[in-house]
Amino acid sequence: MEQREQDFLEYVQGGGQVEAGDWMPDEYRARLRKFIEMHGNSELMGVLPEREWILRAPTLQRKLALTAKVQDEVGHAQLIYRVVEDLGKTREECLDDLISGKSKFHNVFHYPTRTWGDVGVIAWLVDAAAIISQKALLKCSYAPYARIMKKICWEESFHILHGRDVILTLMNGTDDQRELVQEALNRWWGPLMQFHGNPIPTEDDPMFIWRIKSQGNDEARQQFLDGYVPQIWELGLTVPDPELRKDEETGRWHYTEPDWDELMSVVTGHGPKTEDRLNLRRAARENSAWVRSVLLAA
Amino acid sequence: MQERARLLLEIADDELILGWRDSEWTGIAPFLEEDVAFSSIAQNEVGHARALYELAANDLGTMADELAFDRPPDEYCCSELVELRLPEWERTIARHVLYEQADAQRLERLKASDDHEVAGLAAKIDREEIYHRLHAEMWHERLKDEPRYVEALEELRPLVGRRNGHSLELTTLWEEMTSVRHSQPAGTKW
Amino acid sequence: MIYEVFRQERKGQAFQHAGSVEATDERFAEAYAREQYGRRGESVALWVVARDSVMRIEEFVDELNRNYHRVDGYPLKEKLKEARARAGKAAAGDR
Repeated sequence: MEQREQDFLEYVQGGGQVEAGDWMPDEYRARLRKFIEMHGNSELMGVLPEREWILRAPTLQRKLALTAKVQDEVGHAQLIYRVVEDLGKTREECLDDLISGKSKFHNVFHYPTRTWGDVGVIAWLVDAAAIISQKALLKCSYAPYARIMKKICWEESFHILHGRDVILTLMNGTDDQRELVQEALNRWWGPLMQFHGNPIPTEDDPMFIWRIKSQGNDEARQQFLDGYVPQIWELGLTVPDPELRKDEETGRWHYTEPDWDELMSVVTGHGPKTEDRLNLRRAARENSAWVRSVLLAA
Repeated sequence: MQERARLLLEIADDELILGWRDSEWTGIAPFLEEDVAFSSIAQNEVGHARALYELAANDLGTMADELAFDRPPDEYCCSELVELRLPEWERTIARHVLYEQADAQRLERLKASDDHEVAGLAAKIDREEIYHRLHAEMWHERLKDEPRYVEALEELRPLVGRRNGHSLELTTLWEEMTSVRHSQPAGTKW
Repeated sequence: MIYEVFRQERKGQAFQHAGSVEATDERFAEAYAREQYGRRGESVALWVVARDSVMRIEEFVDELNRNYHRVDGYPLKEKLKEARARAGKAAAGDR
């Protein structure tokens, strides 16, 4: 590694941050942009599983809350793509690559939402898994990204409460409503366990080496289990993994090894809803192209 | 039905159904900044509906959610304009512009009402609507020379305030809107 | 066009850079900045300005270490120690 790169590496590993106009090693810039772009893609695609349920929300409060939650996610996509653009890739280029399948988005957004139970489980657990990763990004060596993460984490705080509220209301309701939650949890558990990525040691993880992420994948997963399995169990819900338990001595959770092949297959575009959702994005974009032209022409 | 309740339901149903339609754009609007802005408008509309339903609910001895969801489609008092599903941006904006103009006049009348509660709520709603009107005018300025937008205005203008019955679109919307709620007995909490 | 947005969280606080929005003119920029940085009541005021209008200054020169007008130009520890010691001897001498 060149001296300049070495100095940069030591600087970020010592907690240093850089801005958009600062010199960065090519490898750092490339990895950083790809990582942030994937996050933006995920927020944008994450909207699609949830927006169907905006139209079916069973009370006015839920309607408002869910619309606001999804609106936040769109807002997050806006913040994130702006950061990517300042790193040299335009929003249109990002959307091109997303729609063509060239760039990726997180596994959880490739799965269907089947019931109102999914709405609760997503807001309560999927968002919780995401917030753990997002909090670790607050210390990102790239300052513009770290700064938007502050706003994102602040807005996400209501998402989790909304999710918990939905779940608790269902669990205190009818047998059918409790069954909605359990059934949704059974379907989402696999993707949730895969969400933080395969267990690459931090010393081998370029994202950690460059301090783009300040937490390893396994550590994030352990944090998720520690925070949320007790919450799941205390409601009388079961987790569909007979191996799941906490080793009280080490403090570590044991679980059935997630299906990493499934994760790879899904994020490379073979999830159950990948094609449908990308098609929806493509169609929405094409149908509104004239609007963007009109605005640019003026 | 009481006079005041009927009046309130007319506006509440307009705002609810329009807000429901406008919320269909959340996530798929022409670009991200507009998506966020338009979603706020949709939320405000549903929020206005909620406040109006709460007032009507007091008169009718029921709850806001029951008024919003548990009447059959033919009992809604909304205008034909708001019921339509308009997945084209030019038609959505045309409706937005036309509705805001008509609604502004309606709110002026209500603000002058002898009924303090109605006048007070109308004033609050009106203060929020300022931003809706600015947004509508902003888009109208940009689109007014676009043929498809001009056509949309002409297509939708006759429907403003028209309450001659409901289209199948309302029934379809209502069925989707109530599909989760009505999957469990009345009174179930969500 | 990119517009930079600065927000003030509470009256009396400094305006801080919050982010940016893309818009074709000031009217749209206002609507979008208001939404992205104020819909939750999180700001009491916003300053919105076209990025092109923001002057960037990042180079500052101090080749000759001009510490005469900074706190670090005044290391007083040694002088104070000497002055206290001298005053102590003088007091002892008076007795």
